[in-house]
Amino acid sequence: MGQLAAAIVGPGNIGTDLLAKLRRSEAVDVRYLIGVDPASDGLARAAALGIRTSAQGVPWLLEQNELPDIVFEATSAKAHAANAVRYAEAGIQAIDLTPAAVGPFVCPPVNLHEHLSAPNLNMITCGGQATIPIVHAVSRVTPVPYAEIVASIASRSAGPGTRANIDEFTETTARAIEQVGGAGRGKAVIILNPATPPMIMRDTVFCAVSPDIDRDAVTESIHQMVAEVQRYVPGYTLRADPQYDDPRDDWDGNARVGVFLEVRGNGDYLPEWAGNLDIMTAAAARVGDLVATGAVTR
Amino acid sequence: MKAEIRLTDTTLRDGSHAMSHRFTEKQVRSVVGALDAAGVQVIEVTHGDGLGGSTFNYGFSAVDEIKLVAAAAETARQARIAVLLLPGLGTVHDLRQAYDAGARVARIATHCTEADVSIQHFGAARDLGMETVGFLMLSHMIEPDDLAKQARVMADAGCQCVYVVDSAGALVPDDVTARVRALIDSLGGDAEVGIHAHQNLSLGVANSLAAWQAGARQVDGTLCALGAGAGNAPTEVLAAVFDKLGVYTGLDVPALLAAAEEIVLPFVARRPWAGRNAIVQGYAGVYSSFLLHAERAAERYGVPAHEILRRVGEARYVGGQEDLIIDIAIDLAKETAA
Repeated sequence: MGQLAAAIVGPGNIGTDLLAKLRRSEAVDVRYLIGVDPASDGLARAAALGIRTSAQGVPWLLEQNELPDIVFEATSAKAHAANAVRYAEAGIQAIDLTPAAVGPFVCPPVNLHEHLSAPNLNMITCGGQATIPIVHAVSRVTPVPYAEIVASIASRSAGPGTRANIDEFTETTARAIEQVGGAGRGKAVIILNPATPPMIMRDTVFCAVSPDIDRDAVTESIHQMVAEVQRYVPGYTLRADPQYDDPRDDWDGNARVGVFLEVRGNGDYLPEWAGNLDIMTAAAARVGDLVATGAVTR
Repeated sequence: MKAEIRLTDTTLRDGSHAMSHRFTEKQVRSVVGALDAAGVQVIEVTHGDGLGGSTFNYGFSAVDEIKLVAAAAETARQARIAVLLLPGLGTVHDLRQAYDAGARVARIATHCTEADVSIQHFGAARDLGMETVGFLMLSHMIEPDDLAKQARVMADAGCQCVYVVDSAGALVPDDVTARVRALIDSLGGDAEVGIHAHQNLSLGVANSLAAWQAGARQVDGTLCALGAGAGNAPTEVLAAVFDKLGVYTGLDVPALLAAAEEIVLPFVARRPWAGRNAIVQGYAGVYSSFLLHAERAAERYGVPAHEILRRVGEARYVGGQEDLIIDIAIDLAKETAA
């Protein structure tokens, strides 16, 4: 008793890595893995683990006598836009790892408490999960009129969906930096680097801040936040202490704090360098855990 | 008479790096006026890192680039205004704004292995009715055949001319010849081929010439070589060289010499040249725009800029990763202190 029954829809790299993480969870029990291709490796692997699988898509899932409490969607924005309504009608809470943004943006250490019972939660983007905690760590101490993030990822970790619509990444991340991170204006940049061996995900956060802020308080807030993210992404680290630059005229008289992050994945199913994919599945698993414990205590 | 090779002047885009993105509207109007009168058909005006480049990471523009594009479009009589866009940094939304301000040529730039991220933007540019150019940046990093495959991706997406972009000024003439030939073979008649050369190894003009001889039909230049790294192949020198070779460009050489000497030179605070740092860029294959960022980080952290640039080369960082220059400088400072 006390466990949340879950389904994962989408048996690709993300769904398979998420499954590996959720199998370690005491609060979430993955009962189903759903795809649309009978030849899917992901379905075969999950079946071998004793999980019920189907290649007949969401309609099959919704015909089962025991419906899941929660579904993790790791398909595409288009598929989720269509499926979201069906989950809602069936009373199943949806954790959306696609860019569909049907539900509110959620970053676990920042605003999950506001949306624990929302019918649909969106996981933003990989760059958003990596950087919004830091923007929030600064903005909870001092106003941030402008925040900018640069996410560098290995080319091999950028899938066809990201490549076909890279604007969706930059625009969604920028919006979430404002709405969730608390910056007045947000800007996001993503760079694909093809170097071999593949580079580990790197993220840089620049926040405009007032010249007279308490730098120690901001630094302390950032360190606390990094520790919070490390609870679900152990390889989330600062490359150096936060860097403060003095005010400049071309920064509208603002000073700047720069935070340099490395996001090394856990290497569950995806390789360690694909920290961008790992932080999405880890954050989604974290949401599952916290929703489940919330459900237990209620 | 149609030009045998078309020159695009990018003083007001690549030159933006050397100006730390501080171009004024007045400077833009005077440069565009002079280039237009000298017969330059395409003039690029954008933040050095393309649309949306005004940031902490790349440097804030003194004047909103859309205002500069509008000023340029208003000034030009025959020339068309081009804008640069790096997918991942700028967006289709930015491109539409530039179009509304009068831009008519869209130049979409990706790292040389990542052409497929530009498909979305070529589609949007063609829908707007813009002429399209593709930039395969840091072209020295991959072999000619691989580069040709990426060029094909751009052409299939609606790109009308694919440029071999020597962002690091690292190519020598034979490398350029091999790349231009491979692109022409791959593209057939579906798209033209262009060359964008830098002076880090003082080969910008020689490389442009090699590209022309190999079949390239578009070439980039900047007045006074104003641009990233040691600067670009100078527009006024390209015009003079092609004229000497009897290659018709439609350009007025004396007018371009005057534009360089009398309009651009007076406002240039720092003339690009092949000093140690820029040569290291060409030699190690480092993105030219990293130069001033490395020099700033060097000063801020008390470490040598050429050492930062060498490490950037070893790490194989690509265009856009300016933030990691600071990261390297911090590491170097820690090592020095240890």
